[in-house]
Amino acid sequence: MNLVLDIALTHVRSRLRQTFVGLMGVAMGVGFSVMMAALMEGSQRDFVNQLVDALPHITMSDERREPPRQPAEDVYQVVAYSGLSTMATRPGIKNPYAIIASLDSWLDGAVAPSVQARAVIRYASRDTAANVTGIDPKREAAVSKLPEQLRQGTLKDLHRASNAIILGDRLAEKIGARVGNTIAVVSGTGRVLSCTVVALVHSGISQSDETQAFTLIKTAQILAGQTGIVNAMRIRVAGIMDARQIAERIEAQSGYKSVSWQEANEDLISALEIRNFIMYTVVGAILLVASFGTYNIISTITHEKTRDIAILKSLGFTERTVRSIFLLEALIIGLAGTVLGWLLGYALCSALGTIEFKSPFMDATRLPMYYSPTHYLLAGLVALAASAIAGYLPARKAASVHPVEIIRGAS
Amino acid sequence: MTIQLPVTTPLIELRHVTKTIGDGVETTLVRDINMKIEPGEFVAITGPSGSGKSSLLYLLGLLDVPTSGEVLMQGRAVPANSETERARLRLKLLGFVFQFHFLLTEFSALTNVTLPMRALGELSDRAMKDRALHLLQSLGLQSHAHKLPGQLSGGQRQRVAIARALANEPQIILADEPTGNLDSASSEQVLGVLRQLVDETKRSVVMVTHDMALAARADRHVRIVDGRLVDETT
Repeated sequence: MNLVLDIALTHVRSRLRQTFVGLMGVAMGVGFSVMMAALMEGSQRDFVNQLVDALPHITMSDERREPPRQPAEDVYQVVAYSGLSTMATRPGIKNPYAIIASLDSWLDGAVAPSVQARAVIRYASRDTAANVTGIDPKREAAVSKLPEQLRQGTLKDLHRASNAIILGDRLAEKIGARVGNTIAVVSGTGRVLSCTVVALVHSGISQSDETQAFTLIKTAQILAGQTGIVNAMRIRVAGIMDARQIAERIEAQSGYKSVSWQEANEDLISALEIRNFIMYTVVGAILLVASFGTYNIISTITHEKTRDIAILKSLGFTERTVRSIFLLEALIIGLAGTVLGWLLGYALCSALGTIEFKSPFMDATRLPMYYSPTHYLLAGLVALAASAIAGYLPARKAASVHPVEIIRGAS
Repeated sequence: MTIQLPVTTPLIELRHVTKTIGDGVETTLVRDINMKIEPGEFVAITGPSGSGKSSLLYLLGLLDVPTSGEVLMQGRAVPANSETERARLRLKLLGFVFQFHFLLTEFSALTNVTLPMRALGELSDRAMKDRALHLLQSLGLQSHAHKLPGQLSGGQRQRVAIARALANEPQIILADEPTGNLDSASSEQVLGVLRQLVDETKRSVVMVTHDMALAARADRHVRIVDGRLVDETT
């Protein structure tokens, strides 16, 4: 065995209890950081899957961000206008199918037209408010996970009956409706439509499942009171993280307000970023504390082995060799702690993954854990670097021991 | 007809060497020492406590650097500012035996003896082990090779320390009160080993002692008082 390694291992073994404490410090640091990272990324991915990926990534509405430009601005230096609205005078997106054709030509993803209408659903003397979305079943499958979320029936069933409707399962439960029942849908203008329930949808988000209903575009247009109207576009993109930039481009091109999932959930994303910062701070603190443990051990060993260092130097060991011995001891503790920490991290992730997590707003689910080799590698590298730094200072001190001073003191 | 006698280069030579320590109040440990250690001689350094015997030995053994003056090893000046070079010379040419055995307590006698060879890295593992076993055997320690220092007597530990000092076949053994912690029988045994080294292998031994009887058995006896060489007898 290499001489430096042999001496380093012997020193570490000779202080078994202390080594174990230091090793556990590193293991805890690595284990908890792996667990935190798995939990953090798991919950983020779960959030994206549950709340974002299930819905269209970009929604274009018939609103505009700025009020329309007024003709007076072309003639006079206007200081300010008041009372201008961003809402279109005539609701609906102009030339929706031309916009769809244009988007289809460059967009890496899919576009589906839709009609949004508010209505009251009435069944068996029970009334409840609902958001009715008129969809094109052929295109809808490409922009949302609606087909996968259907519990009974299919999207094609919308063509099966006149005024067919798909209800959120909680909404149906609330009014006591089942598939096959005929319900009354009352629009904001008081128009009443008799619709047949052809399917139930379950997104897992209770607020959505309690209020959402889907019909064909033409049915929703009747409820909106305007034939041919398309007041929203549902867009799905291949790269989910590029949604913000794509939304900006669509808005610039069409003039209509296009909201990406990031913009729609900005407060949530900012909360996630704060949470990430807190978690990384905690993980960093854990690893820092662990590195203090390593520093303490190597300092103690260095102190206890001062005489050995003196004799090694008197034999002809160079300062570099002596430094290497103690640096290697720190790395041995760091490496062993890292491996133990990986096992601990995996065990913690597995244990946490079994805990059932209940929320009144979502389905019961288990804590989302994401297993990634990157987490293990990162935690290991940080722990090894911290151990090396923690070992370097006492190692440098050990290397600078003057053998004569120690030999004089001992004899 | 004249006969040309061969001129030998001293193994170690000190030229006007002075060693001073302390920042504010300075203490001179050795003062203007001139000394040569020739191949194959047994030199004893004696003197009262605090006279500078050990300091002189550390300067001879390149463990310390002089404040002024020059140290030459085999005729070449030793650079005072290169710890690495001095470490290399110590490893290759010098062997140390101290009053306290200074063995690494977690390693067996055999491993302790192989340490300098492993640090030098010129031999194979097999050759290092063979040489270490041979050294231990020659010092009567063959049955103790795998024992830890804590399992050996004082005399045995000191003999292991001598074996370690001889591991790299150095030219000079520097011994600082090597029998200071030993009983008379063990002292006699250790001194016998050192004497044998000089007589049989023609190596040099420089031994610091305050025991005049031991010093009398050396080839040359140097006395030091207050850091100065005051007397030299052969």
